[in-house]
Amino acid sequence: MSLTLEKKEERKELRQVVSKRIAATGNYAAALAVKDADVDVAAIYPITPQVQIAEKIAEFVANGELDAEVIHVEGEHSALSAVVAAAATGARAFTATSSQGLEYMHEMLYIASSLRQPVVMALATRALSAPINIWNDYADAFGMRETGWIMLFSENVQEVYDNLVQAFRIAEHPDVLLPVVVTLDGYILSHTIEPLEPLGREEVLSFAPKRPRGYRPVLDPDYPITVGTLGTPHWYYEAKYQQVVALRESKRIIEEAGREFGKKYGREYGLIEEYMMDDAELAFVSLGATASLVKAAVDRLRKEGIKAGMIKLRVLRPFPVDEVVKALENVEAWATLNRTISYGAAIEEPLFTEIAAALAVRGIVKPMASFVHGMGGRDIFVREIVEMYKKLDEIRKSGRKVKRTYFWGVKGHDPEEDQAM
Amino acid sequence: MVWAKFLGVRASNSRGGTMPRIEIRFHGRGGQGAVTAAESLGEAAILEGKYALAFPEYGAERRGAPVLAFTRIDDKPIYEREPILEPDIVVVLDPSLPPQIYLKGLKKTGLLVINTKRSPDRVAEHLRGSGLEPPRCVASVDATDVAVKHIGAPIVNTAMLAALIKASRVVSLETVKKVIYDRFSARPRIAEANMKVMDEAYEETEVVCL
Repeated sequence: MSLTLEKKEERKELRQVVSKRIAATGNYAAALAVKDADVDVAAIYPITPQVQIAEKIAEFVANGELDAEVIHVEGEHSALSAVVAAAATGARAFTATSSQGLEYMHEMLYIASSLRQPVVMALATRALSAPINIWNDYADAFGMRETGWIMLFSENVQEVYDNLVQAFRIAEHPDVLLPVVVTLDGYILSHTIEPLEPLGREEVLSFAPKRPRGYRPVLDPDYPITVGTLGTPHWYYEAKYQQVVALRESKRIIEEAGREFGKKYGREYGLIEEYMMDDAELAFVSLGATASLVKAAVDRLRKEGIKAGMIKLRVLRPFPVDEVVKALENVEAWATLNRTISYGAAIEEPLFTEIAAALAVRGIVKPMASFVHGMGGRDIFVREIVEMYKKLDEIRKSGRKVKRTYFWGVKGHDPEEDQAM
Repeated sequence: MVWAKFLGVRASNSRGGTMPRIEIRFHGRGGQGAVTAAESLGEAAILEGKYALAFPEYGAERRGAPVLAFTRIDDKPIYEREPILEPDIVVVLDPSLPPQIYLKGLKKTGLLVINTKRSPDRVAEHLRGSGLEPPRCVASVDATDVAVKHIGAPIVNTAMLAALIKASRVVSLETVKKVIYDRFSARPRIAEANMKVMDEAYEETEVVCL
């Protein structure tokens, strides 16, 4: 009896070695991806809840597991400046931040993308002060929508790793040359233990190989160029339009990377992920780890016989407009669920304005609504998302026009009151 | 084989499958290692080929303050990232916590694993005396005594993990011991002490199912 059990255990162990399945937090997964991508330069100013990314990378370098230059900086503005400069010399460069740290590096965000430097950043999403709050929402990430970065959102710890691996390949592609940010929900991914199958350095470097130094213009004393000159009114606009085109065209490379990742490792990534959308009548669009909760809500609604579906935006920039429109074309009603607020906007949930506009210019109008919840780490419960779907169902049936965002879960507040304001 | 009885009476899986989902909530105070316990359990489940999420309730972390941590285990990917309100199992690292708090939402068919000198029967009696209904199964161990004996400090998380495993078999003791050993691998003396803690706590744990 015990012998059989032992053999069983042995077999189990063997299988684990083959799949290399480990338990990891999102922060650890991010650090591991950086190690496996053999990053040359990292400059990270630690901030909650991203600290362990900085710690782990420093540890990998100290242990000799990663041969990288870790630049100690006095703040996030310098952190991004350092990696932009490193990238300009041809190095593979990485930084990570969160919340106030991202705000502090904000002016450098534009400079990274305008100088077309392929740096990669991990962003542990977190609320913005005030009041001071260290917990998760997407206010920091949504604040960088206009900065010209490619933005990938992660739903779970595995996606944190996989997105970062793909980020290096996308950013450094000669047809792209743009910075890429990969989000991980603060605490909800950064500090949660989940299964992770890392690929290891050999695989990562075969998927996202380091290119020969001269493949793009770099700072080289033997062949001097200048980076970051004055752009007078004569030429500034043209440079900006090039960024528009570059972001549009990066879509092809992002798609290609996701497809090939799937072919090689069995986990395929698109610009969006559709969940139970084939026959869906009601669809929610969401992103990040919030998408997990929406999937759970869809599972419950399907058991009740309600044809619910979900669209997860894996890529926020460039916005996957064709994919989202196609996915929403056949539903009867749609809504967004987001953890950020666009203060004073026509519709205060920002995903909605974008999707509604994309549908409207194509002449598609149907019952729609937008929901905000989960600000500053407020827990969103699956049962609340089920209620939101039922609200959308009621809107579909009544044909009522919803002109304001529903602020769900605010204490002492009936979200329907927003409609009257 | 009381634990088998416990697993047999539980039916919490919402999505079908061979292994029902198990939701475990740890109650402790800052410094006792509740978060490490939840994480180590999750890690052990993952090493055994299951899916797991393990996460603490983040607050301002300080020694002595009440701490909550959660582990959710399933044989399928887990989408529910919300805190656990209706656990199958509650693990109490500090008996001075009010039972009204740690019993909140615990399923009637569930299991309470508690660090106390009292026997499970006495725990149930005591709860009834406070007007509370004990769950179907109660397990108890004097984890503080075992931890102080081997580690020299009342860090009871590893003892409570052993008690939890004896009462529920949610993962194997060997896997959790491996996880704990690896966690302390840089400090072999502490790692070894925790192995003794887990063996003794496992032995000492009493389980009673009604």
